[in-house]
Amino acid sequence: MNVGGEARKRLVVVGHGPAGHRLVEALRERDVTGAWRITVVGEEPRPAYDRVALTSHLTEGADLALPAHGPEVTVHTGDPAVEIDRTARTVTTASGRRVGYDALVLATGSSPFVPPVPGRDLPGVFVYRTIDDLDALREHCAARPGAGGVVIGGGLLGLEAARALQGLGVDAHVVEVAPWLMPRQLDEGGGAMLRRHIEALGLRVRTGTPVAALEAGEDGAVARVRLGDGSALEARVVVFSAGIRPRDELARRCGLPVGERGGVVVDAACRTADPAVFAIGECALIGGRVYGLVGPCLSMAEAVADQLLAEAGGSSGNARFEGADTSTKLKLMGVDVASFGDPFADREEGTLSVTYTDPVDGVYTKLVVSDDARTLLGGVLVGDASAYPTLRACVGSALPDSPGQTLFGGVGPAGGDLPDATVICNCNNVTAETIRRSIRDEGLTDVGGVKSCTRAGASCGSCVPLVKRLLDAELVAAGIEVDKALCEHFDHSRAELFDIVRVRRITTFTQLISEHGRGRGCDICKPAVASILASLGNGHILDGEQAALQDTNDHFLANLQKNGTYSVVPRIPGGEITPEKLIVIGEVARDFGLYTKITGGQRIDLFGARVEQLPQIWKRLVDAGFESGHAYGKALRTVKSCVGSTWCRYGVQDSVALAIRLELRYRGLRAPHKLKAAVSGCARECAEAQSKDFGIIATEKGWNLYVAGNGGMRPRHADLFASDLDEETLVRYIDRFLMFYIRTADRLQRTASWLEGLDGGIDYLREVIIEDRLGICAELDAAMERHVASYSDEWRDTLEDPDKLRRFVSFVNAPDVPDPSIVFETERDQIKPVLRTGPQREVLSR
Amino acid sequence: MTADVQTRPSTAVGQRSTIRWHDVCAYSDLLPERGVAALIEDVQVAIFRTFDGELYALSNFDPFSGAYVISRGILGTRGDVPTVASPMYKQVFDLRTGRCLDDPRVALPTFRIRRTPQDRVEVASA
Repeated sequence: MNVGGEARKRLVVVGHGPAGHRLVEALRERDVTGAWRITVVGEEPRPAYDRVALTSHLTEGADLALPAHGPEVTVHTGDPAVEIDRTARTVTTASGRRVGYDALVLATGSSPFVPPVPGRDLPGVFVYRTIDDLDALREHCAARPGAGGVVIGGGLLGLEAARALQGLGVDAHVVEVAPWLMPRQLDEGGGAMLRRHIEALGLRVRTGTPVAALEAGEDGAVARVRLGDGSALEARVVVFSAGIRPRDELARRCGLPVGERGGVVVDAACRTADPAVFAIGECALIGGRVYGLVGPCLSMAEAVADQLLAEAGGSSGNARFEGADTSTKLKLMGVDVASFGDPFADREEGTLSVTYTDPVDGVYTKLVVSDDARTLLGGVLVGDASAYPTLRACVGSALPDSPGQTLFGGVGPAGGDLPDATVICNCNNVTAETIRRSIRDEGLTDVGGVKSCTRAGASCGSCVPLVKRLLDAELVAAGIEVDKALCEHFDHSRAELFDIVRVRRITTFTQLISEHGRGRGCDICKPAVASILASLGNGHILDGEQAALQDTNDHFLANLQKNGTYSVVPRIPGGEITPEKLIVIGEVARDFGLYTKITGGQRIDLFGARVEQLPQIWKRLVDAGFESGHAYGKALRTVKSCVGSTWCRYGVQDSVALAIRLELRYRGLRAPHKLKAAVSGCARECAEAQSKDFGIIATEKGWNLYVAGNGGMRPRHADLFASDLDEETLVRYIDRFLMFYIRTADRLQRTASWLEGLDGGIDYLREVIIEDRLGICAELDAAMERHVASYSDEWRDTLEDPDKLRRFVSFVNAPDVPDPSIVFETERDQIKPVLRTGPQREVLSR
Repeated sequence: MTADVQTRPSTAVGQRSTIRWHDVCAYSDLLPERGVAALIEDVQVAIFRTFDGELYALSNFDPFSGAYVISRGILGTRGDVPTVASPMYKQVFDLRTGRCLDDPRVALPTFRIRRTPQDRVEVASA
């Protein structure tokens, strides 16, 4: 279906906050025919930004902008809608702009509630909602260093605001009218424990006290907050954070039903009484409630995107907002705080609650269970929320153990923590629930079984580690001993095999499997052992028997693409490249007819090479001074860098030089999974080092080292490992970190999940690497020195070895005939693969 | 397109119709536990030599991806079954029957293959 310009339907979105933004993105992503033409009008002077991270704008100057929508979406900022004409189906804005619609979505959000106390309009009184609010607050505080300040409201946002004030040099009080902090999420015990933590951070807290008035000083600005008990707090700055009110004034004015306490009334499809008008996010009253958490607001946006696609014939339109889990977990000023299920369920009859208070460690835990102590109803965690994922997943179902055992027996295995609705396999749309059910119902015990039964992991395979975790968790829950075995050929884990190979100095797969395994291996154990042999420095990966172990990428030293061709990535250390070398890459791509794309790791990927072309391509590249970039290996990929102090006005260290040094040091290092790294030359972090396996950020005094970050499917921010290191110490720590990971991680386990599974976590890692707790640092250092000394370019070595070159042919009996199945067409002036037959599973099915 | 292949018609024992054997390569051209692709009368065939010296020939077409890549898969065993895993999405096939062990609805066509006394490898076209 191709919808012409005239036939396109018009969508108008009023409000450009996170919900409005998500709606537009969700629609754009799935509206492949361009059925909807989208116009957004927003009140704020800037496009949508990440409001949840608002405080980081204040404290770190973070750029919160959400991704721009692309040119086909019209966004009018700083021009609020003022009138809706539902008969004519138009929206009029403050500037007089009139936009017609076929569908209208209200995403106007909420405004902070400011209680009607005298003095609330005085200069120096703020709310905490928008970037403009925060900028004004910062400016005000900057002019009054050391002043006292009061935050009115001790909820989530209020505490965040108080901490931000403290960061601005304000001596801050928090005043909460309820008897304890965070009364909506926490019970009294939890609130009390949180208060201890908060006060330990130097904030002062008053609870159970209403505010009577704000009083002005001689300059006419606010100077004091008078409390209900008559006492007063000095306050040159006041922030109201006492809840939100839905922005429903537009809806009211055009006659749409609103709730008694505000909010545009919508059904489960987020549709108002007018079928052409929807409301989503904090302005919507859905199922009788207004949601102030971002998760439910985004779910509403997705549900409406689905309705709109249905109207254009692109979806079933079945998506509904099913209500939301309002469980929350956050780190508030470094303190873990979580509540899940119904934390106040113990106020009901027929429930039991089990609480644990440890004032020494500052931990408070409450579990509420049904009166047979079986079903978990809800709970509160303060000070230590490590059990949150498991507990949250258990809400409404049976606890795996007694409440006491659950509290003190430690959390369940990772994998049990993924909510049922989580989509594990995006390719085949398989949820955690489906996988768990099939494991239970079909009695599956291995990943292969899960694959063939649910199709999870059967396509791109990137979710297989997650599937394995779910499987392990299910098996543990079922009382079945979890098999750490790599596959059916070895009873050992990868880490155990690594030690066997290292200690017994085994150099071939045949020796390893005949002495320690069975059968002849498979596509799981062979590449894993190949990687172990390579990590321990056993020559070229295509030497002798090792060649037969390699996955096709390693075997052809290039990356297999969907049509059977390969892509080639030369190393560009640190992303720095001369014009001459850029020209060579361009010439090679042109001469071999390759598709070129810049990678995320600051390199250039050349696609569409046939097997027999690879050596010719390498020859040209190697002659020009390039070498293999190991894009095909479970190995170090790149060390990305920002431009650093050489050019950048803000840079404090030479990030490019360090990135090049590190990339050249670790190039070719084989690991359980690919390794990515980055170096940023200042705290602005342009190289995104915190999303890498190891990332380095320059400081005035040296380098901060971050480890175990991850982009990809399950993003994880790296943990700060050590600060202000000199370069030699930094390199030594990275050496040890990498070698320790290579020795002990599972197959295909990235550093992020490796660290998460490491007993003792980052603290333990520091003990191993910095304090040499295991006494292995000398060994790790020596192993890395061996790697550095033995590095050699795999492309060049292959070009120099006629035996290896013989493998690069299309057909063994017709080496001059190119594979006739490889066909390209042209798109945007470059080649694009065409699969002439396409996947044929259905044709062959019986 | 016709590949430059040498064909030697002969009659298989116990079979009525004439089948054509095609010379493919020397036995020593095949690496143990690795495959190669061959073009037999315009059909792409994946040829494998396992660790015990056996030869197998399957269609080189991977039905799960639509690409001709089976010859580049990793060989191994599942239980007693000699196998190859597609390098694309890793489905595992029985080298003897072509049957997919991860999806019973799928099977790859197989080809007859033999090693001659002169240590040449030959594949039969159907």
